[in-house]
Amino acid sequence: MSSVLDCARDRLWAPAGIDQSDVEKVIDRLAGPAIDMGEVFFQNQKSESWALEDGIVKEGSFSVDRGVGVRAVSGEKTGFAYAEDILLPALGKAADAARTIAGRGDAGSVSAWRRCDAISRYPALDPLPTLSGEDKVALLMRADHAARTADERVDEVNVRLAASHESVLVIATDGTLAGDIRPLVRMDVSVIVEHDGRRERGFAGGGGRRSLVGFDDDWVEELAREAVRTALVNLEADAAPAGPMTVVLGPGWPGVLLHEAVGHGLEGDFNHKGSSAFAGKVGQPVASELCTVVDDGTMDGRRGSLTVDDEGTPSSETVLIEKGVLQGYMQDKLNARLMGTISTGNGRRQSYASLPMPRMTNTYLRPGESDPEEIIASVKKGVFAANFGGGQVDITSGRFVFSATEAYLIEGGKMTRPIRGATLIGNGPEVMGRVSMVGNDLEIDHGVGVCGKDGQSVPVGVGQPTLKIDEVIVGGTSTG
Amino acid sequence: MTVNDVVATGGLSGEEDTLNSLVSEILGEAQKQGATAAEVSVTQDEGLAVTVRNEEIETVEFNQDRGFGIAVYVGKCKGSASTSDSSIAAISDTVRAALDIARHTQEDPASGLADAERMATLLPDLDLYHPMEMTTDQAVEIALECEKAGLGHDERIRNSDGVQVSSQQSCRVYGNSHGFIGSYLATRFGTSCVFIGEDDNGMQRDYWYTVARDFDVLDAPEAVGIEAARRTVARLSPRKVATGSYPVLFSPQMASGLISHLLGAISGGALYRKASFLLDSMGQTVMAKDLTVVEEPHLSGRLGSAAFDGEGVGTWSKAFVEQGVVENYVLSSYSARKLELETTGNAGGVHNVSLRGDARPFASLLEGMGDGLYVTELMGQGVNGVTGDYSRGASGFWVEGGEICYPVDEVTIAGNLKDMLKNLVAIGDDVDLRLNVATPSVLVGELMVAGE
Repeated sequence: MSSVLDCARDRLWAPAGIDQSDVEKVIDRLAGPAIDMGEVFFQNQKSESWALEDGIVKEGSFSVDRGVGVRAVSGEKTGFAYAEDILLPALGKAADAARTIAGRGDAGSVSAWRRCDAISRYPALDPLPTLSGEDKVALLMRADHAARTADERVDEVNVRLAASHESVLVIATDGTLAGDIRPLVRMDVSVIVEHDGRRERGFAGGGGRRSLVGFDDDWVEELAREAVRTALVNLEADAAPAGPMTVVLGPGWPGVLLHEAVGHGLEGDFNHKGSSAFAGKVGQPVASELCTVVDDGTMDGRRGSLTVDDEGTPSSETVLIEKGVLQGYMQDKLNARLMGTISTGNGRRQSYASLPMPRMTNTYLRPGESDPEEIIASVKKGVFAANFGGGQVDITSGRFVFSATEAYLIEGGKMTRPIRGATLIGNGPEVMGRVSMVGNDLEIDHGVGVCGKDGQSVPVGVGQPTLKIDEVIVGGTSTG
Repeated sequence: MTVNDVVATGGLSGEEDTLNSLVSEILGEAQKQGATAAEVSVTQDEGLAVTVRNEEIETVEFNQDRGFGIAVYVGKCKGSASTSDSSIAAISDTVRAALDIARHTQEDPASGLADAERMATLLPDLDLYHPMEMTTDQAVEIALECEKAGLGHDERIRNSDGVQVSSQQSCRVYGNSHGFIGSYLATRFGTSCVFIGEDDNGMQRDYWYTVARDFDVLDAPEAVGIEAARRTVARLSPRKVATGSYPVLFSPQMASGLISHLLGAISGGALYRKASFLLDSMGQTVMAKDLTVVEEPHLSGRLGSAAFDGEGVGTWSKAFVEQGVVENYVLSSYSARKLELETTGNAGGVHNVSLRGDARPFASLLEGMGDGLYVTELMGQGVNGVTGDYSRGASGFWVEGGEICYPVDEVTIAGNLKDMLKNLVAIGDDVDLRLNVATPSVLVGELMVAGE
């Protein structure tokens, strides 16, 4: 069986009639005494999506995006150019443009190639043809039917199925030679329910790095029923309270808390620049001692997983916070070098047309010892947030928000009434310091996360067990 | 300066004809392969972006993009495809991929091109193209000037998070099987600047930017740097406020978001999906009586200007809301058909929207609010378009007796957009013309502020 690297070479170089010696010439052209690293990144991404609305599959789209990005790094300076096709002359021009950053000089040295054959974290397959067009349409129709028959109050159903197949190949002056073939699939159901003139929305989605075959009928029907369930909960919801209170977060997707409250602030670039609230705090307590937070790109088939990152570094499991103490940052090559450490395999880019940066993969909090029911029972008055939309953080001040899409009041140790989506706001290190109970029920989300940074989007995963925070500001409208 | 002089932008005017014939070729291929109708858009962009941080060059990025997207129709079935490759083989493959999809999608009675008689016939020159060859050295000079002015403005500015100077030009061509083909060239120049300030109570960041179609009308680099620094320092040592109901003044940048929520709620997609808090609002009062929301797509040189929309329909000036009453929805021909209405030339969005009314000086707005919150930043996605429920993280300043007193952060503001829009009690005269939805400051009578 040929390796992922060989597959990537066949897919990216062969159609353009390029072989390794051609690319080596470009790398030689990039290298120079003032250049710390020169890199060429080849990418081919095929994607497809199908959408159902009003009970019919109305739209489908297919796209191919192929190109090559060339980067030259000199000290803290980066020169970058790209070409929208994999052709030798364009590649040479891009290399010359990227290299202007360091001025012209004599040829520099290139390390011997180190073939990277990292352990695959997902099958090197193309998910697009794993179902026929007819089967994809049938799958969307099944979700629609399941949602509509789940409850008579269901009024509108939208279903989306998406699949992509990405091939990447990285070659760099530091000797990197690595490739990856990445499948990614996702299905989303969103519904609107109506009762007595009141309308509410519900949503459920999931997927990962695998084929479309995993979306079997049972799974799809369960997804549709989950979307209807959340909409119906919100149909009954009252106004959320306003002000500081105890909040219990459910397991799984509410881990978006970690992504916002600590994840971004622990990306290497912000810490190298001193722009993060966590800069210079390695070895210091930044969360309660119940908190151990990891970023793990090696989980099998997860949405945020990577065999190698976009700089060709094998993905890893990085402990960011252990028992409340900051251990280290997520790094790409550039920031690792500037901070005197090594890449943690977190160098990611949206495409060949964007520069890589330190980014999260799958970020989660390790399980604790408490029974989730015992956590709820310990709260006299507070909020249980079962699900969230998304969040945002200002890494400099540490302030972050995330918005609940399914939440309940806790009164006298019991979950009572549902409340309408409220935004929670806090300061990362402060809120993490107030985590007072951690459940034994770790869950990773179902595979819907998209993380945005400097205009670049990448797929990510989040997760956590049930956890209790003694005080967070809940942004509702009710003072009662 | 060690950077060599690389000319970033060569000029796209020569490309316009090439792209026009590419569109015709792709439409021809679609017809040949069996599409009953088709539409194609081709874009080409090129440019340069330079980032400087703490007086050193951080990145020099050259971009050059070309791509096309096609939608084909076989009767009432639709398929789409796009690619970054415009070779003859790729055109044929992409058309085939779109048709393959159209063979599987189901008949949608509302599907199809916009009606032929709605195609734009006049394509006025909107003054969007001001090509200028900017070298990396020039871009670096501008960035350094901007950063230096900000760093020197206040000693509490301890760090720069970068100044970016960019120069972009683009050519967009749209054509469809009605025989319509329209194209335009545009340029876009900008400088943006982010600073980090620090005092005993921690770090804060803020930014400022200038952007324009014509390089010569950009704000001076020093002015951008100083404004970014001033805004950053003003946020240091923030406090929280007591939870309660207060008047909330939205800065022009934040007010633009409020009006965008209104436009989203009266847009065809949200209305036909019944996913709007303003269902059946045509002719209904949704805002205070003295407020009008207009769209002027043909303004000269503006960032949002366009002579035709995303499906070739000619654009025109209109009011979406006139004296508080909804006069037009925001429609494409698809959503118009779903709602049994006519397109408003808004496929792909709105073009130069503004909020008009009895504009008052900013100081008079502050005075009018007495005690309350002046919001200059909002965070998070806590806006429910179906119900209008609104709950977002906010930062800004506490106002007491009509005077700005101290910075505030880590609070939320919450209400329902339906009520908030009706409760826009006053607007300022400080319109932010950089934005496509260009609004002044607006005062919302009362909102729940959650803090301590």
